Amino acid sequence: MSLETSDTQKDLSESVGWVKPQKVLIEQPLKLACGVVLPSHTLVYETYGKLNKECSNAILICHALSGNHHAAGFYKDDPKPGWWDQYIGPGKPIDSNRFFIVCVNNIGSCFGSTGPASDNPDTGKPFGANFPPLRARDWVESQRLLMAHLNIDCWAAVVGGSLGGMQAMRWSLEHPDKLQHAVVIASSMKLTAQNIAFNEIARKAIKSDADFCDGNYLQENKIPHRGLALARMIGHVTYLSDELMGQKFGRDLKAGDLLQGKTEPVEFQIESYLNYQGDKFSDFFDANSYILITKMLDYFDLAREYNHDPVAAFKHAKCKFLVVSFSSDWRFSPARSRELTDALIAAGKDVSYIAIDSDHGHDAFLLPNQRYQEALGGYLSRLADQLEGAQ
Amino acid sequence: MNHNIDFIEQWIEPGSRVLDVGCGDGTLLASLRDQRKVLGYGLEIDPKSIGSCLEKGVNVIEHDLNKGLKNFADQSFDTVLMTHTLQALRYPHLVLDEILRIGGKGIVTFPNFGNWRTRAYLSLRGRMPVTKQLAYQWYDTPNIHFFTYADFEALCKERTINILHRQFLTHGFPDRLLKSVWPNLFTETAVYHLSR
Repeated sequence: MSLETSDTQKDLSESVGWVKPQKVLIEQPLKLACGVVLPSHTLVYETYGKLNKECSNAILICHALSGNHHAAGFYKDDPKPGWWDQYIGPGKPIDSNRFFIVCVNNIGSCFGSTGPASDNPDTGKPFGANFPPLRARDWVESQRLLMAHLNIDCWAAVVGGSLGGMQAMRWSLEHPDKLQHAVVIASSMKLTAQNIAFNEIARKAIKSDADFCDGNYLQENKIPHRGLALARMIGHVTYLSDELMGQKFGRDLKAGDLLQGKTEPVEFQIESYLNYQGDKFSDFFDANSYILITKMLDYFDLAREYNHDPVAAFKHAKCKFLVVSFSSDWRFSPARSRELTDALIAAGKDVSYIAIDSDHGHDAFLLPNQRYQEALGGYLSRLADQLEGAQ
Repeated sequence: MNHNIDFIEQWIEPGSRVLDVGCGDGTLLASLRDQRKVLGYGLEIDPKSIGSCLEKGVNVIEHDLNKGLKNFADQSFDTVLMTHTLQALRYPHLVLDEILRIGGKGIVTFPNFGNWRTRAYLSLRGRMPVTKQLAYQWYDTPNIHFFTYADFEALCKERTINILHRQFLTHGFPDRLLKSVWPNLFTETAVYHLSR
């Protein structure tokens, strides 16, 4: 027990420390891509570091499918730091000593911002399956309203991995004057058929759970735990690489014995691990949010409204880009990052592209990696130098 | 061997699009960006060099040249640069074709194997030259082709590549003086401005 305390204290000094989420009711109506208007919506967010006098040093962090606003630092009742604590903090690549960092839980998610689990003001009951469908641009527009609330006129950078990278790209096209840099990590201009297939299997798993009740499980006082856990298990496998699973689990057994003459059931370590991850996830994530946000991923197509020409699309951008991929990421493979980099070059935009060697699959964007940390840190520290030089 | 190749900036139109194939730490691209306001991109594979480019704010694309340059469309750059890389590639003649497919003009530099030091090293010692310019042992060198500028010009003629400008660089006295009399003997680095 004392060991745990000292570990936490050590991490605290290297992190942004104790943090508390903030909540804001955005009272401007938000017209969604589907045509539905949200008259108002709640956003939960965290900030780290200080906004400078010129309000020019703000970085927006965009979370992915299952992420939230708690990107860095610690809550009093939780020994684990925020989901991107390796990358956000004092002296870290996204340096809280130099930048004002904003991370918001996006609408449609389930960590306090308006989403399927929130009450629909028209009915007084949870939106459930009736929450309007969302696009990445809806998240961008909602973030734009939060930006105004925080008195920020232009982001120094919008940064995100996976679906977060899609938001950064959408920002560059929808509000080209509102960001100086877009950092697009382990992302893609659109999902492949294989990617959509995995998402549909996950959705089907959720909907097949009898407790899903067509999405109205909250009114029935039920939670589709098994379906959501299964959805997460499928997703989790695709976020790791074969090599890593081999290294981490191999064919090790958690229980039982494969010797002949034994009848008791055998459990592989990987089975136990996946079941644990699935169960844990189903305790805190909302099934309707999972369906909604996986659909949002499927629908994203950067260049759809630009005659399917990514070069024509990126011509609208004015910011500079950093694109990052990971060698063993097969859900958002390096080839997808290179495609968007090539489109940016053809569009005449400033862009750098780095391909990081990693065994960690898609999850690599969240994990420590020296080269990735140095590259992101080097890129952003030049930006910080420029901002501080301009003061 | 760092020769001053500032003069090539005069070969590059201000505000033009430049691709530096094997851009190293991005020094040349940073200078072209600041002096000639070019929109430049560098291709590089060494992580340390890529890091230096990022810190300089130079656009750098992690790219393995052995996989070719197919990512780049025909005539998508005004100038494609390649400094001290030609001698390290499997098929230099095909790379030259690619440079002039992608760029309206090409600029290449390479170590001149006709320099007297390398000639003397080989003929007097009977060993493959290890000089400042070519500072590797034969069994562990990135430089897999050895050629003189005369070889290079013969290749250009064969492949109908026009030589717009050339510059021969050398260090020290009396080599710099003697270079005008016996260029192949006294040139360490050859710099060519090419078109097709």
